[in-house]
Amino acid sequence: MKWTAWIRLIGTAAFGLGLTSAACAQSSVKVGAIYPFSGVAPSIGAYAKAAIEVAVDIVNSDHPELGDLPLAKGTGLPGLGGAKLEVVFADNQGTPAAGQNQAVRLITEEKVVAINGAYQSGITLTASAAAERYGIPFLTGDSVAANLTERGFKWFFRTTPIATDFARIYLEFLKDMKAKGAKVDSIAIVHENTEYGTSVASVVSSVFKASGLNITQDIPYSANASDVQSQVLQLKDKKPDVLIFVSYTADAILYAKTMKSLDYKPPIVIADNAGFSDPSFVAAVGNIVQGVFNRSSWSVGAPGTTTYLVNEMYKKKSGVDLDDTTARIMQGFMVMVDAVNRAGSTEPAKIQAALRATDLKPNQLIMGFKGVKFDEKGQNILASALVIQLQTGVNYVPVWPKERATAEPILVYKGW
Amino acid sequence: MSSTLIQVIAGGLLLGAVYALFSSGLTLIWGMMNVINFAHGDFVMLGMYVAFVVWVMMGGGPAAAVPIAALVLASVGIVCYFALIRHIMRGPMLAQILGTFGLALLLRYSALWYFGASFRTLPETLVGGTLLIGPIRIESARLLAGVVAILVTAGLHLILTRTALGSRMLAVAEDATAAELMGIRPERMQAVAWGLGAAATGIAGALIANFFYVAPTVGETLAIVAFVTVSLGGFGSVPGALVAGLLIGVIESVSAYAIGAIYKDIVVYILFVLALWLRPQGLMGKA
Repeated sequence: MKWTAWIRLIGTAAFGLGLTSAACAQSSVKVGAIYPFSGVAPSIGAYAKAAIEVAVDIVNSDHPELGDLPLAKGTGLPGLGGAKLEVVFADNQGTPAAGQNQAVRLITEEKVVAINGAYQSGITLTASAAAERYGIPFLTGDSVAANLTERGFKWFFRTTPIATDFARIYLEFLKDMKAKGAKVDSIAIVHENTEYGTSVASVVSSVFKASGLNITQDIPYSANASDVQSQVLQLKDKKPDVLIFVSYTADAILYAKTMKSLDYKPPIVIADNAGFSDPSFVAAVGNIVQGVFNRSSWSVGAPGTTTYLVNEMYKKKSGVDLDDTTARIMQGFMVMVDAVNRAGSTEPAKIQAALRATDLKPNQLIMGFKGVKFDEKGQNILASALVIQLQTGVNYVPVWPKERATAEPILVYKGW
Repeated sequence: MSSTLIQVIAGGLLLGAVYALFSSGLTLIWGMMNVINFAHGDFVMLGMYVAFVVWVMMGGGPAAAVPIAALVLASVGIVCYFALIRHIMRGPMLAQILGTFGLALLLRYSALWYFGASFRTLPETLVGGTLLIGPIRIESARLLAGVVAILVTAGLHLILTRTALGSRMLAVAEDATAAELMGIRPERMQAVAWGLGAAATGIAGALIANFFYVAPTVGETLAIVAFVTVSLGGFGSVPGALVAGLLIGVIESVSAYAIGAIYKDIVVYILFVLALWLRPQGLMGKA
């Protein structure tokens, strides 16, 4: 073959490729998902990915069995002519800087129309700032630091209940337990010292203090610490009636192990989700933190229900049940995709408007929220949660409030 | 002295012995070969996974896991030397740094791919429970790691100072060309150093796994302490790593208890910088 023929052939091939990629671009819509696939919480990233892939499957294939869940019936996004949903995953590496870089990369190089993420509040903070700058909607289903929605951002949305909601739940719960005879005179908060731990701890402190409960000990620590003996000994010295943890996975495991080796059992332990809800935490050390209280908005539900079926799909992919964190991640992602569909366009401003107009009812959700509706700050005003407890074995059961509980709260922390 | 303070110091000493244990392999490689091994933390991680696999497959405790981890890691160390280190040592310093850093990422992400991101732990019962000495509680698994740390340190020190092999390795470290003229094969000695260093690291990983969590990213958490321990102890000084490890462990524990956990690193690193300012060669390194 002569060289001109070669050029013609290559040219034709390139043209063909260009056409197909253009065709692909039209029939699929790209969204971004930033999660920790390395750093101190890589297990969460792996579960988040599985949860999001299930959500994508729900959208892209026909699932008439999933009831009122948006986009379950039919395939693809009907608002965009049946376009397929495509997710680009990015690793936040557990650092705010990497999270921000990944957001910029997703927007400028991958051309995503909206971003979901990023688990750690401190990283959601920076990643969403990048999205705000580029005018791309950013929705978090799981970051709870209060200040995320206090920045006056126009492109930021959050479906999860936040620190003030939890603080009130813990407060009411403890008041109720006090009425039942538990001592709650001294309360210690042990929290990791990035955005998540610091902000949840300070909100809990201020809500508790306003209602006359005493925070007698405040112990911040670094989540990537290699040792926590000294903190446990500080607690052992002061003997608080109630111990509250705000921790990620690696540190939560160290606390569980160290409390056992130093034989420390406080009367009541409340753990704020995150590390203590990580399935790998429960599998690794659940048997030595028996009786720990936690919060959740997730419940698997009876066989045959939508939540049960979604959980089955997830379990097939990941090998474990959905927990509160992964379910909130999946829910956030679904809300975002529903808005993209209702926008009927890949234009960021239209998606933003669709998000603002979101009004999902409880039957359209997998979470036990009262619905999804955003206020002008982008916070879901219908989010709610309940208190769960690790009782006999490795399953959390709902114990409070009474109308949603399936078991009575056991008041003495058993440990191991 | 209150019993809590004694408990804090005892905890610090055990923690320090563990720091010393996983630093001894690094000091050997760093001090003798002049290669900064950024993959060190991930070697520890591999040692931990060997212990995990031994337990899962054979139900074995440290008696089986430690020697197997030492053998596996020694092989990994030697393979890494011949496949990678030997080549990048000819390049500039930057190539060494990036080369071992690349090795670290390769090991970390291979572990993520193979074992998944989940955190795992070995059963608590594998190494006894907790020893009670009066009011002081000492975790047997940590005590075992501490004792082995001292034994490994003593063993490496003896090999380096009392055997012909050690003399040959030191000769290569001092001047490879001169050593070659004396009939020593530098490459072989360097491979031995990598093997020994990696074996010590494997032992450390297998023992730490008894009381720590096992995850592909655990190397990141441990590596920084190892680098600090080695430079405080003195490059290439195995006893130095022991002393430095114990010092850092106690200072960390006491300052975390007395001042607060988030300030312990400030205290440790201020003292670290001061110590290096006064003695840049490290506590027990040669000037």
